[in-house]
Order: sequence, then C-alpha cells, then structure tokens
Amino acid sequence: FSDWDDIPPSSALEVISEEEAAQIIAEPLLPIQSSTLRDYVDHSETLAKLVHLGVDLSQVEKRQKAGQLLLTLDFEKDVKKILLFLKDVGIEDNQLGPFLTKNPYILGEDLEALETRVAYLKSKKFGKSEIAQMVSRAPYLLLFSVERLDNRLGFFKNELGLSVKKTKDLVIRLPRLLTGKIEPVKENLQVCQIELGFQRNEIQQIVCKTPKILTASKKRLKQTFDYLHNIMGIPHHMLTRFPQVFNSKLLRIRERHMFLAFLGRAQYDPAQPSYISLDQLVSLPDEVFCTEIAKASMQDFENFLKTL
Amino acid sequence: GAVELVAARVPVLADHPLVRGPRFRKLKIGAGHRLDVKASGVFVLGIGHGNKLLTDLYNCHLTKVYTVGGLFGKASDDFSDTGNLVEKTTFDHITREKLERILAVIQGTNQKALLMYSNIDMKTQEAYELAVKGLIRPMGKSPPIITAIRCLQFALPEFQLEIHCLHETQQYLRKMVHEIGLELKSSAVCTQVRRIRDGVFTVDDALPRTQWNLQSIQEAIRNCQLKVETELEKTLA
Repeated sequence: FSDWDDIPPSSALEVISEEEAAQIIAEPLLPIQSSTLRDYVDHSETLAKLVHLGVDLSQVEKRQKAGQLLLTLDFEKDVKKILLFLKDVGIEDNQLGPFLTKNPYILGEDLEALETRVAYLKSKKFGKSEIAQMVSRAPYLLLFSVERLDNRLGFFKNELGLSVKKTKDLVIRLPRLLTGKIEPVKENLQVCQIELGFQRNEIQQIVCKTPKILTASKKRLKQTFDYLHNIMGIPHHMLTRFPQVFNSKLLRIRERHMFLAFLGRAQYDPAQPSYISLDQLVSLPDEVFCTEIAKASMQDFENFLKTL
Repeated sequence: GAVELVAARVPVLADHPLVRGPRFRKLKIGAGHRLDVKASGVFVLGIGHGNKLLTDLYNCHLTKVYTVGGLFGKASDDFSDTGNLVEKTTFDHITREKLERILAVIQGTNQKALLMYSNIDMKTQEAYELAVKGLIRPMGKSPPIITAIRCLQFALPEFQLEIHCLHETQQYLRKMVHEIGLELKSSAVCTQVRRIRDGVFTVDDALPRTQWNLQSIQEAIRNCQLKVETELEKTLA
C-alpha cells in the first residue's frame, strides 16, 4: 500500500536517462476483441496449459463460443478438476488433447452432473473400460443428460427389438448412436425394411455386425444395394451374412466386380466352385485382391480400369 | 556509457502449430476440357503454373479422341442408354457397310465445316498441302467439328466408333449416335463415351484412381512436361 510520505510518482513528461528509458517495458495491450486465440495464448495460463496438453486451439477457435469459454475459465479452479475427472473415466493422457479439441465445452460443465451421468452408465452395467471407450469415441456423450441417454438406449432396444446385452454391445461399438440425431436412424431402418426388402431378423443381424449402416447415407445405401442385388445378383441372405459390403465404396465394388466378370471369375455362390466371398471382394487391399482373387497382376487391373 | 538493445527471438505459443493451424490450406487446381458425369476417360488437371499452361493448351485447339459405344434398336430422350425410352425399332437390316457409308458422309460434311472455320483460302497451294496433311484446324471458336470418324467394332445390335473432334461436348457425340440410328432407318442410344486422348495427353499418360498419390502425380507431370512444351512452341510460334 502506498505511503503518502514517499516520493510522489514521476510525471510522464519528466526527462529520464537513456538507461531508464531502455528499461521501460511497454507491451501492447491485449485486444478486447479478436477472431483468433493466437492473440491471447501467450497471456493466458489456461490456454497455454491446454496447448501443452495437445489441444488444437486453431480448431477450437472455429467452434461456436468455445474460444470465449476457454478464456473465461481459470485453470486451477475450473479446468483441473474436469481433467482429473476425464482421467478417472479412463481417457489416456495423450488422448486428452484430441478429446478436448473435439469437445472443449466439457470444460464448462458442472462436475457433479458429469459424475451423475457416469454413475448412470455404471448402473446400467457398462464396464469401466467400455465407458472409457464410449466417451473417447463420442466426445459429446457426457454432455447429454441421464434422461436423454436413457431415452436413447430405450429407443434402440425397442426399434431394433434387441436384447439388453445386444443393445449395449451396439452402442459400445458405435457410441455416436447415442449422441447423433434419431430421425436419420429411423429413416435408414425404413429403407432397409421397405425399399431394400430385408426381414426384421436380417436387419437385426446386419445392425449388430455393422452398426454403421444406421448412420450411412440413404442414397449410398440404396445405390450400393441396387448394384449388389440387381447387377451382381447377390441374394438377401448373402448380404445379411456379409453386411460389411455396405460400408465399402460403391466404386470399389463396381470396379472389382467388373474386373472379375471380365476375367470370367465373378462367382459369388458358395454352392458353386471357385466361390468368391463378398468379404474377400471388398476387404482385401488392391494387390492381394489382384493376385489371390482375380489371379492377375496390378498392371492388368489398372489397364482394365482405363477401359471403363 | 551507451545502452545496447539486443534483439532476441523468444518462442511464443502464438506460433505453435496447435495455435496457428496448418501451414498449407489451399492448392490451386485447374481443370482442362470438360468431361460430363456420364463420360469417362482422360481428364487433364493443372496445378500452380500448370493452370497457365492449361489456358495456353486450350488456345491451341488440339483435337480430342473418343471411343463411343452405341446400341441399335432403341431411342431415348437424352440419347443415352440410361434415359427414358422413347422408341423401339428393328435393326436387322443394318450392315457394317451401311454404317460406314453414313460415317463417310459425316466426315465429308465436317470436312467442309473444318475448312470454313479455319479461315483458309483453299485456292492457295499452301492451304491445299496443309489440308492434305490434316494440319488445318480452326484457331478460334466454332461449333463442334469431327475431323475423323471410323467404326472400330460392329456386332449387332452393338457398335463402337472412334471419333476425332474439336470444340465438342460429350452430349453432342451422344446426339450423333442417335442421328446415325435415324439415318440407318432405325434408332440408337449411346452406351459409352470415353475420351482416349486430349491434345497431347493419352490414356497411357492418365493416372487411374489407384495412383492418385503425390509421387505418381509428380512423375506424371514430369513425363508430360516435354511434349506439352513442344506442342505449345509449335502451335503458338
């Protein structure tokens, strides 16, 4: 505190020596407004520590109000406890940065609410490592209220007619199902049933093997099915056995099928000789596909591609 | 004594990649002559300085070569085999000779158009010699011109043509298939339009999807550099 008997402060107009002048550090003021966190990162303990954790601020600043949120948080008081919570849930140290880059908003959440949600998942008998996996792969998961999570789990169980265990396995494999929109999933199920003509039990099998079909684009799903079923002649039961073909690019399926047809090797019926499974058709890398399945060279394949 | 100020560079977080973002965000890529959605084949792209070369090559008005597939017996509203069926006709009366006769007529009328749009006075000996060598072409705008057309394959109802042309669109080629069908007192739809050459670039120079990576692209650019330069010198000189 100031002592009124001390020497009064110097006037700004007072002449000073060169030495004293050189020692004045006049930094520019921090901007009041900015579109980038670059202007603040060297003056904010929170931002600096987040960068050191591996958070990509250049991505975060593009999100709505995320940069603003980070600037208002105090590392010791607000951020630290959330980080400890996330580590407790099972997020690895080196995963914290990428996780927070995708979901910076969690740093502004109420810790108790977060803990309640984890407790809910545990009450549903999700194991610790399963919860860690789900949170990691669907970073927004813990922003959802218990009520909403519960509704979602109920929805999938009822719509698909799956057992409790199978529903849990489904959301553990594709936790995005809990955080994404429901309408597109409903529509995809309609497409599978009505337009593609799969039976309910076939849909259940497909969904459990390749959950991604629930979030795939309808147009792509229909186009891929049309080619597989109507052009290649693959029956429904075979598609149910190898639903991973729906995850594959249509172009890849087309090119490889046309090459096999050209070579006279397009045989997809297991009852016949020289059977090629759909799995072999789409999952193998190009070189292996050429040598093992098509029994031709990569060069032959590329030459063929150029005639299409 | 004099006071010295020494500049020292201190690393700041503002320059950290996680704060600054990626160093390279854009790549200027230009496309050459159009290839519509239903067609396939050679498609030329340019990067950086290549964009300028693309413009120069465009001004050379070099021919493009296509293989065009056709199917007799049907006519559709967009001239292709994926369009709505408009008519069905018989085609057993069509022979390869008849088809080739029509192609000769097409070549003839296009030859006249070629000379007309090339602004060459055919009465000069020089012009005649150039024409004989096939070195005449319009160096400005013109409607589509066929410089050569021949039948590669004929197996009723399918046929395949090789077409050399300028200032074309793929739809123009499809319409030509339709008109050939009409000329032969039948109908035809186009099943395939595949560009096998665009100026100096051939199918062999083209990269299939399996080679769409940095190394192959760099190599492809290197391999074509010389012939691009040669052609530009020849034409624009």
